[in-house]
Amino acid sequence: MRKRWLKIPAAWITPLGVIGAVIAITWVGIAFTARLWVPFDPLSQDLPRLQAPGIDTLMGTDALGRDIFSRLMTGASVTIPLALMLVLMSLVVGTLIGAIAGYFGKWVDELLMRLTDLVMAFPTVILAMVVAAALGPSLFNAVIAAFVVSWPQYARMTRSIVLGLRTQNYVMAGRLMGFSPFKTLRVDIAPNVVGPILVLASLDVGTAILLLSGLSFLGLGAQPPTAEWGSMISAAIQNFDSWWIGLFPGLAILTVVMAFNFVGDSLRDIFDPTSQVSRAGARS
Amino acid sequence: MGNTPRATRRYSARSPLVGYLLRRLGTSVLLLFGVTIVTFALANLVPGDPIAAALGEGAASNPATVEAYIKERGLDQPLPVQYANYISGLFHGDMGISLRTTQPVADDLAKAVPATVEIALLAIVVSLGVGVALGSLAAYRRGKISDQLVRVFSLIGLSIPTFWMALVSFNFFFLQLRIAPGSGRLSPALAPPPTVTGFYTVDALLAGQWVTFTDALAHLMLPVFVLSLFTIGLLTRFVRTSVLEVLDADYVRAGRAKGLSGPRLLFGYVLRGASLPILTIVGLAFGTLLSGTVLVEAVFAWPGLGSYAYNSATSLDLPGVMGVGLVVGVVYLSINFAVDLLYGVLDPRVRLA
Repeated sequence: MRKRWLKIPAAWITPLGVIGAVIAITWVGIAFTARLWVPFDPLSQDLPRLQAPGIDTLMGTDALGRDIFSRLMTGASVTIPLALMLVLMSLVVGTLIGAIAGYFGKWVDELLMRLTDLVMAFPTVILAMVVAAALGPSLFNAVIAAFVVSWPQYARMTRSIVLGLRTQNYVMAGRLMGFSPFKTLRVDIAPNVVGPILVLASLDVGTAILLLSGLSFLGLGAQPPTAEWGSMISAAIQNFDSWWIGLFPGLAILTVVMAFNFVGDSLRDIFDPTSQVSRAGARS
Repeated sequence: MGNTPRATRRYSARSPLVGYLLRRLGTSVLLLFGVTIVTFALANLVPGDPIAAALGEGAASNPATVEAYIKERGLDQPLPVQYANYISGLFHGDMGISLRTTQPVADDLAKAVPATVEIALLAIVVSLGVGVALGSLAAYRRGKISDQLVRVFSLIGLSIPTFWMALVSFNFFFLQLRIAPGSGRLSPALAPPPTVTGFYTVDALLAGQWVTFTDALAHLMLPVFVLSLFTIGLLTRFVRTSVLEVLDADYVRAGRAKGLSGPRLLFGYVLRGASLPILTIVGLAFGTLLSGTVLVEAVFAWPGLGSYAYNSATSLDLPGVMGVGLVVGVVYLSINFAVDLLYGVLDPRVRLA
């Protein structure tokens, strides 16, 4: 049999997952290439203002005479890489903190978990808004604010898995063989953490995009003239009659977030044995 | 007083519920202080110049004004003292002065809170109703087409940017179709009902003003619909999971063996067993609702916490933003405390945990 470069088990291929993956990959592709092929400069203001969608300008123009299609496509290169970076950052920091808390226990655990309690005492958007407002409005600060609210969920999940495994016999055996704490975490515990964390992360990409665009909508993220989806929708509030200004950026957010949610939800079926049973089980 | 500790121990051993409630209350109060530490720290310690932000560019360039401000707010004191002042101010209802409205933040928020709570309560009721219906349906028909459809529907609900949905639905139902009433809580022609609860619908009913009631309700529809989409998605998924868990339980099988079916089995057996995990999620869903109002109310010009937060954020009014953060944090903590209480009452097992 020919050895394939990438082997995907048949069970992984579900309609939902495939649709999600295709849309997500398309958007990521757009994000990294948009600047090369968009018809207009997303920042130049030399088109007629508030023009309805037509042949020249696929999605119309905004109140400053900028092409919405071009802004939308280049907007992907603002939001998507930032969201992916944000998730990666939260994942690494959260997982490390969770593993340390779960493995070392005692006061380390107590201290770190009270810290997560504190973050989780606020609804996420509210805390992110407060942090972003305090740091001052900029896209960079919005990412920091989003990071502050999103690492604790990784820490919580990792901690609970590590706590459950710490006293397992095979982990004990490793420790008796002289494994250092970090070797134990890496060799014996990490493989069990990867699946659930991956599911959480893929669902979190959607949350991150919603959060970042929400902060920009509030004026606390991307600043003008940056082409960013949330702030484009915010601009639409001043021009209620020109429906195209707000409609398309929102559809962009919706499709990206949906795609990552589809992928994450399908991954959950793969990594979570209980939901796999529920998929296979035929009930009356 | 040698026997006091023993008495307490015997008391809490006799009533685990009281012990549980006290423990939960303690946690909530601690978190409450945590919340104030967060808002205090953010308002005072972040890089950037809070004094310039509070006074505005013009006044901040005058050293005498800055000096006076520092003295007045006690900013020359050590941090713990400043924090103590902040807390004592909070207890006296002092949350600073809004730079945007030039009114005390506490007064502004007191006016805004009922409007938001009215929306949030209605939205949670709607989401819970729809979520339980869809979630149970999906669980009963596990693996079938309807289950898949519900799954896709709820995932889409979780993916919609609420602020965009608010804009689109307002544009469509009000500006295009003209079937939804305009923005705000009431039509301009109507006067607000006499204030009892602060909820226009309830107050109008209490005052017997039928027209005002229907108008207020009509104005609630669209914001509630938009806000509910996300929480419906969230609740549907959890209801499905928790119903699936009890569907396999022996007592449900026993109910079925007794010949029960349909609504009696669903409400009397299945949902009763599944209600506890659902309850926990309702607390969480309330948090997402409060977050949602910040992004939705501004579009509907709904004069609540959300619009206040939106306006404060866009005009960089730090005291206003911190006030909203504090109030929402406190509301969220109280809701989750109430959920914990209910949980302890409904499920004796958690009292011992």
